[in-house]
Amino acid sequence: MHPEIRTVVKDINRPLPMTPAETAPAPRRLGAASSAEKPQLKASVRNLNFYYGETQALKDINLDIAEKRVTALIGPSGCGKTTYLRCFNRMHDLYPGNRYEGEIILYPNNINIIGAAVDPIEVRMRIGMVFQKPNPFPKSIYENVAYGLRVRGVSKRSVLDDKVEAALKDAALWDEAKDRLHDLAFNLSGGQQQRLCIARALATDPEILLFDEPTSALDPIATARIEELIVELRGRVTIIIVTHNMQQAARVSDYTAFIYLGELIEFGDTDIIFTNPGKKQTEDYITGRYG
Amino acid sequence: MKPEISTHISRQYNEELEDIRSRVLAMGGLVEKHIGQALQALVSADVELANHVATQDYEVNRMEVAIDEECSQIIARRQPAASDLRLVMAVIKTITDLERIGDEAEKIARMAVHLADEERPKNNYLEIQYLGNHVRAMVHDALDAFARLDTDAALRVAREDLQVDKEYDGLMRQMITFMMEDPRTISRALNVIWAARALERIGDHARNICEYVIYLVKGKDVRHISLEQIEKELREED
Repeated sequence: MHPEIRTVVKDINRPLPMTPAETAPAPRRLGAASSAEKPQLKASVRNLNFYYGETQALKDINLDIAEKRVTALIGPSGCGKTTYLRCFNRMHDLYPGNRYEGEIILYPNNINIIGAAVDPIEVRMRIGMVFQKPNPFPKSIYENVAYGLRVRGVSKRSVLDDKVEAALKDAALWDEAKDRLHDLAFNLSGGQQQRLCIARALATDPEILLFDEPTSALDPIATARIEELIVELRGRVTIIIVTHNMQQAARVSDYTAFIYLGELIEFGDTDIIFTNPGKKQTEDYITGRYG
Repeated sequence: MKPEISTHISRQYNEELEDIRSRVLAMGGLVEKHIGQALQALVSADVELANHVATQDYEVNRMEVAIDEECSQIIARRQPAASDLRLVMAVIKTITDLERIGDEAEKIARMAVHLADEERPKNNYLEIQYLGNHVRAMVHDALDAFARLDTDAALRVAREDLQVDKEYDGLMRQMITFMMEDPRTISRALNVIWAARALERIGDHARNICEYVIYLVKGKDVRHISLEQIEKELREED
């Protein structure tokens, strides 16, 4: 079979009408593109199984992540969405007995980030994560943001200053923090600390940013700021967000995946998932019905 | 995904959705009754009944406002999604059309008052009776489709609207002929035309309601497209 035809045939079964980066290296577009434009792929998850020892937490997940778009993962507690998210930066490697099967291919250089040959530290350098509770280091605001850069060997003061300022601006924290950069990070409010963690993740220009319920410990105003921030970051960085707040997923994401008991039940455009989902289980979950 | 109202974890939510649904049906029942009474008044030159229908429209308006209010409460409190969201949307739209149908019934009742003073035609407004019964059945069937979430029935009613439009055109031609033959009938013919126009509009509103039923059940917006396209959309689904 002609290679192009083979690609097309293969693509028919893809869940999203996206162009795989390896076959169509179209120029990258900056800024928020309209949903009518087809984004490129940033990552492909193929036949992903994950085991905590004997317990299988993820079952044969296939899911494409669109570049510079927001993908939300929803599902009840214990369904595996956080497990899934943590595969992306090899967090599970920190505990013995955990086991991956399948692959997560990161584009454009086609590396399998859960492959045994790939160094988890290298993966974490490229993929940032923001957790449920803000976890700044016990250092100054400045040093929190500069930390990742210092780890990467940046030591020139002027470069650090510029990067820290840019990251704090991107995280919408600059105006509040610029006069107290050398204060301890713990003196910030919860919402500010969370934005600081986002700034810390952004400072190293991650390719993918993972959010694990980033607003569940925040009040509605701080939540709205983080959501606004996610929408602004869309178009510049690929984002995957796990959230229990379905309205939040509906507000900030382009694509939504519903995961239940370790299986991917449905994946599609957020617009469709929240108005006319294809699977009954998805419908039951998002409308608050008995599962 | 066919909506199932009463399976939410929150029983209160079930009751709220069930309530707006049954209130739409109650409102529809009242509107249907008004159409019947307005036609009856017109045919039997019953001025008293006509005036009664004309003054009762406020009740329909009151129901519209109350259901709208309840829908906005549900949106504010529950943030409905998927089929629940479609139900609330369909209800809000349906009651707008029902309210307009109520207005048309009021217009027919007012025409009935005017026509009561005129000489009766030999056939006693047979064509208006015919058209009237047809659209009243359409409204009834549209509400029935809404109650049973039956897209096949909704499609049948939408198809009926084409027939109603044909009957309306025929009636118009007939009235023009009367007016040309005998100018003394012009005043009466104009009133008949107004009444027929109101009935034709009721048919359009019934069709709209059917489109909302299809949206509610299938999640497909079938407004402003031809019947053939609607049928195609529904077939694709199955």
